[in-house]
Amino acid sequence: MKSNSTARIAFFFLAPALIAIGVFFFIPVVAAFVLSFTDFDIYSLGNWKYARLVGIKNYIDLVNDPLFWKALKNTLYFLFVGGPLSIAMSLATALLLQSKVVRFKGIFRTAYFAPVVTTLVAVAVVWRFVYHPRFGLLNYALSFAGIDPIDWLGDPHWAMPAIILLAVWKNFGYNMIIFIAGLQNIPQELYEAADIDGAGKWQQFTAITIPMLAPTTLFITIITMIGYIQLFAEPYVMTQGGPQDATLSIVLMMYEQGFRWWNMGYSAAVAFILFAIILVASLIQTWLSRRSRAS
Amino acid sequence: MIHTCLQRIFLAAFLTMYYIGCNAGAEKGEVVFWALGAEGEHVAKLMPEFERRNPEIKVRVQMIPWNAAHEKLLTAFASNSLPDISQLGNTWIPEFRMLNAIENLNPRLGSSSTLKETSYFPGIWDTNIIDSSLYGIPWYVDTRVIFYRTDLLALAGYDRPPVSWDEWFDVSRKIVQQEIAESAILLPTNNEWAPQVILGLQKGSSLLRENDTYGNFRGTEFRDAMTTFHKFFTERLAPVKAQQFANIYQGMTQRQFAMLISGPWNIGEFSRRMPVELQDKWMTAPLPGPDGGIGVSLAGGSSLVVFRSSEKKEKVWKLIEYLSEPEVQMEFYRLTGDLPSRVEAWRNPLLAKNKYASAFFTQLNHVVATPKIPEWEQIAQKVREVTELISTNSMTVDEATMELDRAVDLMLEKRRWMAQHEE
Repeated sequence: MKSNSTARIAFFFLAPALIAIGVFFFIPVVAAFVLSFTDFDIYSLGNWKYARLVGIKNYIDLVNDPLFWKALKNTLYFLFVGGPLSIAMSLATALLLQSKVVRFKGIFRTAYFAPVVTTLVAVAVVWRFVYHPRFGLLNYALSFAGIDPIDWLGDPHWAMPAIILLAVWKNFGYNMIIFIAGLQNIPQELYEAADIDGAGKWQQFTAITIPMLAPTTLFITIITMIGYIQLFAEPYVMTQGGPQDATLSIVLMMYEQGFRWWNMGYSAAVAFILFAIILVASLIQTWLSRRSRAS
Repeated sequence: MIHTCLQRIFLAAFLTMYYIGCNAGAEKGEVVFWALGAEGEHVAKLMPEFERRNPEIKVRVQMIPWNAAHEKLLTAFASNSLPDISQLGNTWIPEFRMLNAIENLNPRLGSSSTLKETSYFPGIWDTNIIDSSLYGIPWYVDTRVIFYRTDLLALAGYDRPPVSWDEWFDVSRKIVQQEIAESAILLPTNNEWAPQVILGLQKGSSLLRENDTYGNFRGTEFRDAMTTFHKFFTERLAPVKAQQFANIYQGMTQRQFAMLISGPWNIGEFSRRMPVELQDKWMTAPLPGPDGGIGVSLAGGSSLVVFRSSEKKEKVWKLIEYLSEPEVQMEFYRLTGDLPSRVEAWRNPLLAKNKYASAFFTQLNHVVATPKIPEWEQIAQKVREVTELISTNSMTVDEATMELDRAVDLMLEKRRWMAQHEE
């Protein structure tokens, strides 16, 4: 009896949050899921009778849509090249900023973190200048190494590397701060003990820093992966998915289908495929980390 | 990234609430007018005079950025919060007509003493007609013409612009062969579909067939047009990598190309951004036709539409009549550089004496509408995508036009189903 009333009181207190989540999260998700089995489009917006239930047709079309595979390939390219690069960059800068030889740490830390809090649109304007094939800083710098000018955003082969470079530069500061916090949590005694035992700097790094950072690294890997799979803003402002769809990501494709062409049903199907991909990837990661912790 | 996604969602939510708030906050009797981009900035300056003449009407102008406008109008339609009147790109009219969101203006036109069809360019007027009913009044007009360097064409032996496709190629070849400029003409396939579609229309292609339910790009007309288009690239008359010409004024100044197909906004830009010593060395010309004479171009521009949900249609119509007065249109031209839709306005010395505008006047009498279906914009993007592959030689003309028809037929499946459904 007593536990029943406690539960009721608990529900009463949780109600506002549950209602908010229900209205703003579960209902839209369910609606989108239903939508993904219809061909809801601009015609249906005008008149409901022009919406058809099409079963899994959207999903079948999607699998047969070369653009979807291109978008998926681009997203995975971005994820597997950009992700590790970004994490390595964050770890390297974090280590540098924690080392005893570096001075003016505060200034560097702020400088590295600044891109994270800068508006992407402003950043994009500057980077478009940097990438300009004739007058850009990057090609100018490369010219000293005897490298011919590269049409960074215009060449389908170079557009994605250019987007990766921008994204890594823009985002590594965030993970860097988390790594710094992780590094500060490693007890100094471990290094002192290792020193006494005669371990070199590299051995200390591989035997102390890396294992001690494992929880931080797992957290960062998952967060980075979820973030990078949802690549959207960078190509949206820099290339609009071009040239020749070389920078079209899954989320950008979803946005274009939904809000540009108003193919809501198809767009919802893209969203659920993306959801499935992220879910599977997260499960694999947790499983891997659990296995490594067990061993 | 994830936080930017969240930001966008919050921004969208905020904007929605803001607009709902705005509309709710509009005083009773206030006419809510959505105007886009620069037009939205300037049209407000024309309102005091209107309100002076019609003291009983108050107008609230709300500026909507161009790149968000389409999305915003559709969401407003879905949430039943459309304004009373809006500026609409004239290619959007079929879509809003299909949604049954905009008012048929035939009855009002019939009883209007100041507005009549004959005061407008026929091709532009036609973009507002769907199934012989009028859904918008042209507000300002837009089309594409050639912008060119007179001195560079003169060096190639042309003291006037080319007037046929043969001459167009001849002057282009001379410019490149005699190294007068790096390329003859800029055809930026990375972000433009207009030149390609114009070439097709000039050859007489219908673009779509069977009541706009199938693509007709593999038809001889469009294929011929694309063969010509392809020649510009294979003969190196047009640069294949157009992205590097982010600044076309610089490109034109530094002789990277001598010709460009562009719209009226560039009259102002060229006057501002070309260096002083080149100011008398650029000109505009109507597009040459395949067999000589003036070729057709796109019927662009914006119209004013009345939404069916409005409860102030009488007042809105007065506003449209006011904005359509030739003097008011000229004032608007002075403010924005937008070309007036009323033919009478062009007799005003300000326009009649503008030597760059006369090519537009000529061209505007030779404009045709693109297919009047909601999918057109998506089809046009596909045209751009596929013709980009032609320009880089990644696809032959035959492959590209087949691919275009395949993709377009898929997009039009719903139209075919609806056509059957209606019967």
